[in-house]
Amino acid sequence: MKEFLDMGGYGAFVWPSYALTFAVIALNVFWARRALRRAEAAARQRLAARGGP
Amino acid sequence: MSFTWFHRLGSPPYVYALAQRLTPWLAWPAALLILAGLWGGLVLAPPDYQQGDGFRIIYVHAPSAWMSLMVYTTMAAAAAVGLIWRIKVAHAVAAACAPIGASFTVAALVTGSLWGQPMWGTYWQWDPRLTSELVLLFLYLGYMGLRAGIEDTQRADRASAVLAVVGVVNVPVIHYSVTWWNSLHQAPSVMRLAKPTMAASMLVPLLLMLAGFTLLFGALLLVRLRAEILARERANPWLKEALAR
Repeated sequence: MKEFLDMGGYGAFVWPSYALTFAVIALNVFWARRALRRAEAAARQRLAARGGP
Repeated sequence: MSFTWFHRLGSPPYVYALAQRLTPWLAWPAALLILAGLWGGLVLAPPDYQQGDGFRIIYVHAPSAWMSLMVYTTMAAAAAVGLIWRIKVAHAVAAACAPIGASFTVAALVTGSLWGQPMWGTYWQWDPRLTSELVLLFLYLGYMGLRAGIEDTQRADRASAVLAVVGVVNVPVIHYSVTWWNSLHQAPSVMRLAKPTMAASMLVPLLLMLAGFTLLFGALLLVRLRAEILARERANPWLKEALAR
């Protein structure tokens, strides 16, 4: 396990690369879903305003 | 031959429903491919004879770089379709691409920098490949800044589309930069006409990652596209039904 984490001495470069890339993936999933939720809420508000008095 | 399918792709309600249905079919295979590629790249692939385990950065760097170019090309193509045929959905696709592309361009630049330090002895060099990839990031940021600065969506769509289309000249420059100029960066080992130059045990995980990232882009694009369509359709009556699903 220690050997795996050490990555032949390149651990300090390999692991931050992987961490950053997977953080970017996770953030993209989060941001995309948040954008959709916000757009849905805004559209519901517009529809309600139009249907209202 | 019938072109009704093409016309339907310009119809917001049709595209909205299609995007909703397709998303899981792209997202789950993407997750599986990326996990398989991760296992293959970190565990199964042997260390490189020159770079040791440091070469494993390729499994996140190359897919991020591929993503940065693929997303820009998609964005520019959608923007061109939107400009030429005035198709609202095409502009929505282009707008949905930008934040995805920008974030993976950052990933490509930073992972490249983390690979450059141990192999080239420097985090950054004003090298043709590195510089043109940085220009790509500025194109994405310029595109998003321009959109954010124009309140009217239609005007924002048209103005940003022009920028996206003009900026596409940078894509072949990035790809061929390592061939045209003397670059620190290595030449392509997969994205080339001839056979890849990597051993299968190293190549297969990379191909899994590239496929996984491509499907991931598809899934992210479809979710963002729905948000862009909703914003453009204001209070159109069809939204009521779409939001109830």
